[in-house]
Amino acid sequence: MISELDILENSTKIKNTFFNEKTVLHNLKHYLPSQTPLKDFVHHNTLHAFQDMKFYDAIFKASDIFGFRATLQLTEFRELFKNGRIEKSILERVIVEKKGLTNLEIWKEKLLEKQYEATNTARIGILRQVWKQKFHIALDSLVQPILFRIICCYLDQGISLWKFPNSNTGFFNAIKEIEESSFTSFFKSKRAKSLLFKQGLEITDLLKILVGDDERYYEQYLFDQQFTHKGWSGIVSSIENTPQSLLDLRKIYLRDLILFELLLEIDAIDSEIGEDWKPLTSKVDFEPIDLFKDSEYKELNEVFALWQNGFEWSYYDKVLAGIKLDNEKKISKRLNSIANEKLKSVKNFQAILCIDERECSFRRHIEKADSNSETFGTPGFFSVEFYFQPENGKFYEKLCPAPVTPKYLIKEINSNNKREHEILYTDNVPNLILGTLYTFSLGFLAIIKLLLTILRPKMSPSISDAFKHMDKDSELTIENKNISDIENNLQIGFTIEEMAIRVESLLRSIGLIDNFSKLIYVIAHGSSSANNPHHSAHDCGACSGRPGSVNARVFAFMANHSKVRELLNSKGIKIPNDTQFVGSLHDTASDLIAYYDEHNLHDANIQLHSKNKIIFDNALDNNAKERSRRFASINTKFNLKKVRSSIEKRSVSMFEPRPELGHGTNSLCFIGNRALTKDLFLDRRAFLNSYNYRTDKDGSILCNVMKPIGPVCGGINLEYYFSRVDNYKLGAGTKLPHNVMGLIGVANSCDGDLRTGLPLQMIEVHDPVRLLVIVEHFPSVVLETIKSVPDMYSWYLNEWIHLIVIHPETNKIYYFKNEEFIEYRTMTETVEGTTDIVNIIETARLMETNNIVDATKENLPVYLIN
Amino acid sequence: MLQILIQLLIIIPFFGFIISLLIPRKLERTISITAIITVSTHSLLFILLLIYWIYTGNSIIEIKEMETYKSKAFDFFIDIYFDKITAVYSLVGFVLMFTVTVFSHFYLHREAGFKRFFTIILLFYLGYNIVIFSGNMETLFIGWEIVGVCSFLLIAFYRDRYLPVKNAIKVFSLFNLGDVCLILVMWMSHHLWHHNITFSELHDSIYVHAYLRHHHSYGIFIAVMILIAAVVKSAQLPFSSWLPRAMEGPTSSSAIFYGSLSLHLGVFLLLRTYPFWESLLGIKVSIITIGFFTALIATGIAKVQSTVKTQIAYSSIAQIGLMFIEVAFGFESLALIHFAGNAFFRTYQLLVSPSVLGYRIHNMFFNFKSTNFSSKKPFFKTLNNSFYILCLKEWNLDLYINKLLWNPFKFIGNKSQILNAKPFMGLLLLIYALGILSFNYQNLIPVSIYKLLPVFYAFLSLLIVLKAFTKRGDAIWSWMLILSSHFFIALSVSLNDTFNFNETIIFMSGAIISAITGYICLVKIKKIDNDINLNKFHGYNYEKPTIAIIFLLACLGLLGIPITPSFIGVDLMYTHIFEEQYILILLISLSFVFIELSVLRVYARIFLGPHKKSFHPIAYKSS
Repeated sequence: MISELDILENSTKIKNTFFNEKTVLHNLKHYLPSQTPLKDFVHHNTLHAFQDMKFYDAIFKASDIFGFRATLQLTEFRELFKNGRIEKSILERVIVEKKGLTNLEIWKEKLLEKQYEATNTARIGILRQVWKQKFHIALDSLVQPILFRIICCYLDQGISLWKFPNSNTGFFNAIKEIEESSFTSFFKSKRAKSLLFKQGLEITDLLKILVGDDERYYEQYLFDQQFTHKGWSGIVSSIENTPQSLLDLRKIYLRDLILFELLLEIDAIDSEIGEDWKPLTSKVDFEPIDLFKDSEYKELNEVFALWQNGFEWSYYDKVLAGIKLDNEKKISKRLNSIANEKLKSVKNFQAILCIDERECSFRRHIEKADSNSETFGTPGFFSVEFYFQPENGKFYEKLCPAPVTPKYLIKEINSNNKREHEILYTDNVPNLILGTLYTFSLGFLAIIKLLLTILRPKMSPSISDAFKHMDKDSELTIENKNISDIENNLQIGFTIEEMAIRVESLLRSIGLIDNFSKLIYVIAHGSSSANNPHHSAHDCGACSGRPGSVNARVFAFMANHSKVRELLNSKGIKIPNDTQFVGSLHDTASDLIAYYDEHNLHDANIQLHSKNKIIFDNALDNNAKERSRRFASINTKFNLKKVRSSIEKRSVSMFEPRPELGHGTNSLCFIGNRALTKDLFLDRRAFLNSYNYRTDKDGSILCNVMKPIGPVCGGINLEYYFSRVDNYKLGAGTKLPHNVMGLIGVANSCDGDLRTGLPLQMIEVHDPVRLLVIVEHFPSVVLETIKSVPDMYSWYLNEWIHLIVIHPETNKIYYFKNEEFIEYRTMTETVEGTTDIVNIIETARLMETNNIVDATKENLPVYLIN
Repeated sequence: MLQILIQLLIIIPFFGFIISLLIPRKLERTISITAIITVSTHSLLFILLLIYWIYTGNSIIEIKEMETYKSKAFDFFIDIYFDKITAVYSLVGFVLMFTVTVFSHFYLHREAGFKRFFTIILLFYLGYNIVIFSGNMETLFIGWEIVGVCSFLLIAFYRDRYLPVKNAIKVFSLFNLGDVCLILVMWMSHHLWHHNITFSELHDSIYVHAYLRHHHSYGIFIAVMILIAAVVKSAQLPFSSWLPRAMEGPTSSSAIFYGSLSLHLGVFLLLRTYPFWESLLGIKVSIITIGFFTALIATGIAKVQSTVKTQIAYSSIAQIGLMFIEVAFGFESLALIHFAGNAFFRTYQLLVSPSVLGYRIHNMFFNFKSTNFSSKKPFFKTLNNSFYILCLKEWNLDLYINKLLWNPFKFIGNKSQILNAKPFMGLLLLIYALGILSFNYQNLIPVSIYKLLPVFYAFLSLLIVLKAFTKRGDAIWSWMLILSSHFFIALSVSLNDTFNFNETIIFMSGAIISAITGYICLVKIKKIDNDINLNKFHGYNYEKPTIAIIFLLACLGLLGIPITPSFIGVDLMYTHIFEEQYILILLISLSFVFIELSVLRVYARIFLGPHKKSFHPIAYKSS
């Protein structure tokens, strides 16, 4: 690590004098999208490469370099102001804070009236434009189609029937071996082919031919080149970093790709104008550009930043006012509530769910269906990290947050699951003879099937089913009885001590250390969807984009284990003997739920459980209804069961590009007692992490709770932000024309670049605001905590996430700014109260268009639930 | 009874189309439900017709619908025809159309262009029905052209991205070639039969044979032209590479167009004209050869495809290759069943193509076997590699089509530098005036020279339009060149035959009105940034959607797309060229091809593609 940094540092010193291949490759990999093959969708900050800068500096700089939009458009902000979504008072306060009271009017005029030349030209691509401008060669059109096709065929995981020859020897070697023994060639001219076989071929050898002797242009040229197809370059770089992200392993390096692309470029030019041409720089009349130099000051950027702040705080302020007012109300009734709490100290049941903002409404409905229940939120891998191998599975699946590397393996055994096949999905179609037979037979089956999928959608093997991730009736090898039980360097199962550590850490982090109910549900989530290459983006982010069912079941097993309980007992967590944990899985698309290992329940608990099931079912009905308000195909006012069944149908409909809306609208993250948010209607916009400051006065637990917030919640939030503000360049565009490429990604056309980021259908309900983290604790403790881990601190310091602390004793609100907490006074004076959320849901209107100005109206304001 | 039913079958999609045009864009539901109702009513009526038809002994029905233009030499009428082929095509058509409209009703929700999508597929359905119910070439051609234009509009559905627009033009260029072949078929048919022949007359084999025996070469010419049109439309070799590139629109439109209905129209054309070329052995052998090699080569290409949609595309092409063989052998019923199976299968596969990722990965997870690469004899390894590369490069089809088909013309266009000079415009005017004068004073000019004049003017017309085609300068300038090319064609044809003022008026009236409208649009656009250079895409549709639509209509008018006066005009023009005038017909046809291409190029470059101003998100060129 150190040596690499040293190399980097040294190289920056001598950067301007000559080209250093290693450094440039390193830089390229740093800036390219890091999205992995689509089967595992892990959300992350799209601009991770700029995260060491302050948010606004970073996005505007990145925008200057790469030419995408970093905020909403000026006209859109102005429209939002006109329709009241951006509050006047808030905007004025934002301006005054930044520019001073004296400049308020000047800046208001700039924000609201002034005309700006808003067209920005990217720095990237200027050098390579010369091919078109001066040489009249459309190099990209000549090279890209064949380049993409070759890479896609090489990386292909299972679409093509005729496999890339020698794909096991690494990309560049495979190309060489094919070219060596073939009557035909990928190249059209001789020179490129002979260069291919040159011993020790270096990137500089080829750049010399293409760009010329002036090495100062090399880095710019390579950046220009790779960013004309950042999707493919990104996937190559990501596979180079984590080859195991492919099932069918492929060795490929970004360097291979660059070498081959340079060869193809030489080849294309040679075959267009013959071998006798002068390099690019012979016609370049400008100095090389330092792509990453600091941006010039632009007033417009400041205008955008002010607008963005105004947009964000117009919403945040209402949320904070809601908390404040709600708290005041509670404080005035404090005596009451304490008495109540004592009375009801043991709840009917407790449920631990994922912090995911989609569970925010489910929790509210559970608590409403049984007012004497309690829910908790924690990252949905439930503190158990392991690889999972389904029975007969040839691979392992990681079931924990992406950055964690587990040392454990859990296997599924005795499964009755028979893998079903869909006869129409045969992969032999390209075969001429079989294909003909199929056409004559399956063709007519296909039309029947098609009519059925349209008229009567139902679950089928071709649909990704969250409940099929693990067989409900199988057994899992959770307990390790012999430490030498090791497979591929992974320990099979956890020892008692290892289990106890994990159970304790989870229970302490959410503050559940006494008053255990008889039944405690551990509810993971996953998502079923049909015809959706991005389906894993809807699954649990804390389980690397997979359903968390195994984790829930594993955790329940551990917490039920008598020996584990003995150990916990010795550490002061006394779980009564009649308390049982039940693992389960909530499907966020179909709003169905499954419970695991119900047969292990004590007789007394069985009855309780069947009562609770009705409560969960009731909660899911209402949850489905609440979700349905955003779906044009469902009338929210229909009766509960009908709405619920429509929601279920939606999740298995081939024609439905929005089985659910994923993390759309996420904008808040609470870390604190449920009491803080229980009486607030947050419209499924908040990640809710349970945490009890009372049991963690010094903040030692808080640190672990807050560590994943940045990478997980912040990552999700920023991915949605960037995909929303520029869905063309940073998002994947509309899903409808997508073509699945090699089972690793999607592209628009057969010759198009891979599309990274989120598709339009996932982001259209999203308001692009940064995440507001709200912690219930003492500001000094929180400050100390975030400062203790530099990586965590930088998220807040650089303003990629806002941080608010609610003082638990004074009920004052503090905002983290310039390395300290300062008191925040809310501008919103009243927050509407309601007793009838159902009515609000039913009367809420659908957006007219998915333009932000209309779309944001679909997002409901904060309500106090009386 | 039957007649009314059949007429209704064509009128219903037309009304559906008109109604959907009138519904405001915001009323998504109303639009899609209109489409669904249109298709459902159409389906019900068709089922009625089918039952009645089978009940009454499934004989061939023919209706001479209406005469649109009649002169001594030329009789242009709409003719309707119904037989088994129509029945199957209609059956498959409505089933798929119904499925896809219902599918899209949900699938396209909130998509920008929701209305555009449904209007275009209704228009397409109208075109499709005209083609399959047509009783003569003229009627078929109207439908054929409508289908072509709809293809262009649907491929360029995502008009703010570069690749869809580029590919739309690419596909349309080829379609255009097929269209001209059909015009030539009509031209030669007029001369062969001396009247407007209907498909039912072709069934009279004695009659057909009698004519073909006397004019064998005419027959061959017609059959070859039909074959080219069919090969282009059904993406057979050497034109196969357009199909995967046409998969640019929403998945459901790709499914109905390129998975099923539009793609199989080539097969339809062959089935429909089978009685005509049945006795021409050479043609039969060509069809079988093309079908055979297409099936083989497309299978190879399909096997290396690593993207779902292109794999389906090439598999489908291979199946159609087999259908060509079946048709040539006269296995009509087999070909029809094959068509139905293929259309259904591909539509299904395309519609569910996004789910392949989840399904196959899951499958792999449990059944993975790593590929075994070892132990092949060196020779076979080399052979394998050679063919692998060939298939991956799609046998260089794209490259050859560009090189052989378009580049020569681009070369000529680029070389004719002299046309760049403004004074040359004056010279052209002078030459034109001379032409008119010579027309009035025919007797003063030696006959031998007078006879060369039409060719001379047709040549100039081609030269002018090639200039417009390759020009990278101001769009207005190109537009003017296109219009002058039109004038030169009119003059050339007028000089060729007895001048009929009415006919030239018909031809020019459509063109002139469209040209003026287009000119005004371009001038308005030029005022915005004073830059409408054709060397890049401007994407003005983003700023000026209304002007974009008006300009598109003007383009269609100028091209003589059906229902405009210049359509009949184009047809009329051809009747004044005689059967031996190969050079003249070649020059004029090429002029028409390039007029069409240049016009659409102007439209695409000015209005489509990524918008040039980046104050809002715009797409990368690689998408």
